Amino acid sequence: MAEMRKNWGLVAEFDNPGALLEAAHKVQEAGYRKWETWSPFPIHGMDDAQGLGGSKVPWITLGGGLTGFTIGLTLQWWSGAVAYPLVIGGKPLFSWEFAVPVTFELSILLAAFGTVFGMFILNKLPRPYHPLDKHPEFRGVTDDKFFLSIEVSDPKFDVHRSKAFLEELGGRGVTLVEE
Amino acid sequence: MSAHTKSPDGVFPPPLVQGGHDFHSVTDTICKIVEEPPTAGWFAALAVASSVLAMLGGAIAWLIWEGTGIWGLNNPVGWGWAIVNFVFWVGIGHAGTLISAILFLFRQRWRTAINRFAEAMTIFAVICALVFPGIHVGRIWAAYWMGPLPNQMAMWPNFRSPLLWDVFAVSTYFTVSLLFWYVGLVPDLATLRDRAKGKIRYYAYGVFALGWRGANRHWQNYERAYMLLAGLATPLVLSVHTIVSFDFAVSVIPGWHTTIFPPYFVAGAIFSGFAMVQTLAVPSRKIFGLEDFITIRHIENMNKVILVTGTMVGYAYAMEFFIAWYSAAPYESFAFINRMFGPFGWAYFIMVSCNVITPQLFWSKKIRTSTTWTFILSIFVNIGMWFERFVITMSLHRDFVPSSWDYYSPTVFDILTFIGSFGLFFTLFLLFLKFLPAVAISEIKGVMPEADPHWDGYHDAHAEEAGHG
Repeated sequence: MAEMRKNWGLVAEFDNPGALLEAAHKVQEAGYRKWETWSPFPIHGMDDAQGLGGSKVPWITLGGGLTGFTIGLTLQWWSGAVAYPLVIGGKPLFSWEFAVPVTFELSILLAAFGTVFGMFILNKLPRPYHPLDKHPEFRGVTDDKFFLSIEVSDPKFDVHRSKAFLEELGGRGVTLVEE
Repeated sequence: MSAHTKSPDGVFPPPLVQGGHDFHSVTDTICKIVEEPPTAGWFAALAVASSVLAMLGGAIAWLIWEGTGIWGLNNPVGWGWAIVNFVFWVGIGHAGTLISAILFLFRQRWRTAINRFAEAMTIFAVICALVFPGIHVGRIWAAYWMGPLPNQMAMWPNFRSPLLWDVFAVSTYFTVSLLFWYVGLVPDLATLRDRAKGKIRYYAYGVFALGWRGANRHWQNYERAYMLLAGLATPLVLSVHTIVSFDFAVSVIPGWHTTIFPPYFVAGAIFSGFAMVQTLAVPSRKIFGLEDFITIRHIENMNKVILVTGTMVGYAYAMEFFIAWYSAAPYESFAFINRMFGPFGWAYFIMVSCNVITPQLFWSKKIRTSTTWTFILSIFVNIGMWFERFVITMSLHRDFVPSSWDYYSPTVFDILTFIGSFGLFFTLFLLFLKFLPAVAISEIKGVMPEADPHWDGYHDAHAEEAGHG
């Protein structure tokens, strides 16, 4: 019942962050678009090398914060002045001053939820399986190994030429990984 | 660029990671603590801590059965050790957030060695803190009334009460700290997953690592999210102890109703929190062999923070007295003279000696770079800061009307509950040390010189090869 599996892409190992960054610049210059670098820690300058735009996380943070602000203010006004009006100490049923602490805390809380869950959603995590898990050396990426991968779906991808290109850039153990 | 390596001694600070580590040995050293079977010493410590935790459970069970009458509360001292312990534990938590968020925003890269550790301390301290208001409500089955939940009585909480602000502040603080800690842990959990030998370990860490594989597109969003969380946690941590101080300052009790309380509480919280970080870090780095990561420079930097915040606290103590006199309000003046020379004067002098005198010893470089001195002085600060909250709370024992004056003594259940909270704290902390990486592995690698793609070591090699530089 051997099933034909589709190829996912090529993966090459690089010696260090410097070598990976240099290779990344060249892969981008060569016109590849569906490729990725993998490293144990973020490497300075890699976002530019890959031609990535800015992260979208801050917008989700802002959305969360504004939602929290609105909920906080509405909740305090509605519950204290509409649903359960109770005069305490002869003070007005609602004033913005006393509402500051709770509104502030809820803004922070929902902004933090937006940041964390937004980040995971943008990164498409959790992702239990990835084709690279089959690569024997890839586990080292969370320790001290640095990889660059080019996907089959990249319009410029060609098994032989891309493989030769990665080797020319100094990539070691260039392997074709199945999906 | 190469000037960095050829600089004369002392011009640039020493490297953050010492002992000639490379990326792999960093991973190894930190993961080994988790991967090797626990030592007998760890089991012994856990046995002690969990027994003390069981004592807390017993004290709380009896409290719920019998009611708050088993505590030493009386009229006029309606707030006893429960609020003292609550403020004490919340305050300890603040150093963790300061290290993880504020020092991050100020680009203090030395924080990476201690932030994981300090954030764990924050979370466990806030758990201990939340126990006290939780059980202090007496009828614990009605504790949900504190939340704005629709209910059959059609009642809503009173949002004008600082106590309700406190519920929101501390629960937000706990949640955001937990998220911040977890986000920081994800890459390191992936490291533990990838090193796992057994299936159970692989899946246990794998589930929480969420399939992190270090893709640069992920790192980009991750770093941005981490920075935003730091930016959110910074005003949050300042607001939390401000709102805790409102519990006192918004009332009209002499000695409490002062505008100095918010900054004074925040400084005190950071002061006590750093002392607790030292109390935990000094023995842990020794026991787990983390001296290359948590270096003397880290210890010294934290002692400097203790010195600064301790001096601020001392200033606040002096200013309270000055304002009490300058305001010419007889009740205010009486409250402070009574604080120093009244029935609780002994507590006031413990507070001043521990919080004002002790940190001043850190002016001496010899003392602030000595782990023994650091450990001993940190214990003094912990004691002093507990007494600070005790002294403030005990303002209640002299009411406006002399006929209601009384003295406050804790009962055995007050004492057991307080000691028991240390059992809760240390049980959680020991479990953390054994099951999670105590130092942020990926962040430590990021501050090593080799992590810079333009590091001289790489640069020179390439220059030779390609003939450009």
